[in-house]
Amino acid sequence: MQSIKRILTMTAAVVVLASCGSDDKATVMPEPMTPEPVTYSFEVTVQNLTNNQPLSPVTVLSHAMDVSLWQLGQSASMGVEYTAEAGDNTMLISDNTNFDNASSEGLLMPGNTATLMLTTDDENNYLSIISMLVNTNDAFTGLVQYDLSQLAVGDVKSMLLPVYDAGTEGNSELAATLPGPVTGGEGFNEMRDDVDFVSRHSGVVTSDDGLTQSALDESHRFEALVAKVTIERTN
Amino acid sequence: MIKTLRKQAYAVPMAAFIGLSATSMVQAADLTISVQNLTQGITFTPFLVAAHDDATKLYQVGMPASLSLQMMAEGGSIDALAADVMAAGGEVITNPHQNVLKPSESVAAFDFDTGSNTHLSITSMLLPTNDAFAGLNAWQIPTEAGTYVMHLNAYDAGTEANNELVVPGAGAPGALGIPADPTGMTGTGGTGVAMADTNTNIHIHRGALGDDDAMAGKSDLDNTVHRWLNPVLKVTVVVK
Repeated sequence: MQSIKRILTMTAAVVVLASCGSDDKATVMPEPMTPEPVTYSFEVTVQNLTNNQPLSPVTVLSHAMDVSLWQLGQSASMGVEYTAEAGDNTMLISDNTNFDNASSEGLLMPGNTATLMLTTDDENNYLSIISMLVNTNDAFTGLVQYDLSQLAVGDVKSMLLPVYDAGTEGNSELAATLPGPVTGGEGFNEMRDDVDFVSRHSGVVTSDDGLTQSALDESHRFEALVAKVTIERTN
Repeated sequence: MIKTLRKQAYAVPMAAFIGLSATSMVQAADLTISVQNLTQGITFTPFLVAAHDDATKLYQVGMPASLSLQMMAEGGSIDALAADVMAAGGEVITNPHQNVLKPSESVAAFDFDTGSNTHLSITSMLLPTNDAFAGLNAWQIPTEAGTYVMHLNAYDAGTEANNELVVPGAGAPGALGIPADPTGMTGTGGTGVAMADTNTNIHIHRGALGDDDAMAGKSDLDNTVHRWLNPVLKVTVVVK
């Protein structure tokens, strides 16, 4: 009697187990399987909060934890220099071991937003963002090594982004050195005639505020925070 | 006499109790601190790092600076501030970088056993300025272990007019001028920017003006080098 009870209990357990599976081949021994790579999807929206500083194509990248696009106090990479001086992210994207990347089309004008889709996986769940303030010598905004693994599906996170100085080009504000629409001057120049470290930016001076040679006017000034990013995990 | 004795008898267990709770808090206030200069052209004078109780403050925004704070903000001297903290029963670390902190440099992580003190303050003067300083002001040390990152702003001590003229050695209270220029990029021959502070209480600094004439103009500062935007320092505190 006792053994029958036992068998009944065991049968019930098997039935329960079998009903848990998505198919009914409960008796087939599972083959050693390679887990399908799990990816996660994010929507990254960047808004230009400046008065008169268009942003170069906004670049978002997913990457491993140990990738750092730039570090405060350290010399900028060539990829960052190209982006910060000319708004050209080609080298940055090919340089870095990013898992996925996306760039917005053309200039992101003041007040406008750009929305980009980005994929990550368990090994590459960090986000970095970079974009140049184009009416400057080498100012850029962005985000480094933001941990996306903390977001659950549907979570939305917003932050204001500061402005950095690449330290690779002196802030002369001369017409010939500003690639933006104000003067259409030179973008990238391999000469590093500045401090050669990345720092927070001290702002543009402009001709209206005492830099006689500046091609910029008061409208091009900015404060410490120049953009807003909103990150949503969609899957 | 009896009253006094009673008071003492009462005070002994209280002290024992405080001593006990202080011991249990030592671990919670075992800190590792690092500080980074975020600016491109500003140098910071030797830092004062202080742990103290909740009644002690190095300064209060919106209030006049103490003479001790004025000495720090105008001349980078932290001796008087350190003495104030110790007189109030606090602990200090002076000049952990053993030098001025140049643009983009970091004060290497250092340990600070704050004992039973509950609050942390960090302060330093910005050079070249008349009386700008940055500060972490009486931050309540969290009891929860973790890494805490804070970005500090620059304040105007309100004690000296921001004339932006370099006068080597003019760091004492009452001596008008920027006392030193570690950048070596200031000019001469300025006529003076501000003749007085409108707000003589401690307030968020409006920033340096500077000009583009190294030999004349209003300011001895260079407007492409010596300006800044907040924040100016990044402080990382690890509570163990």
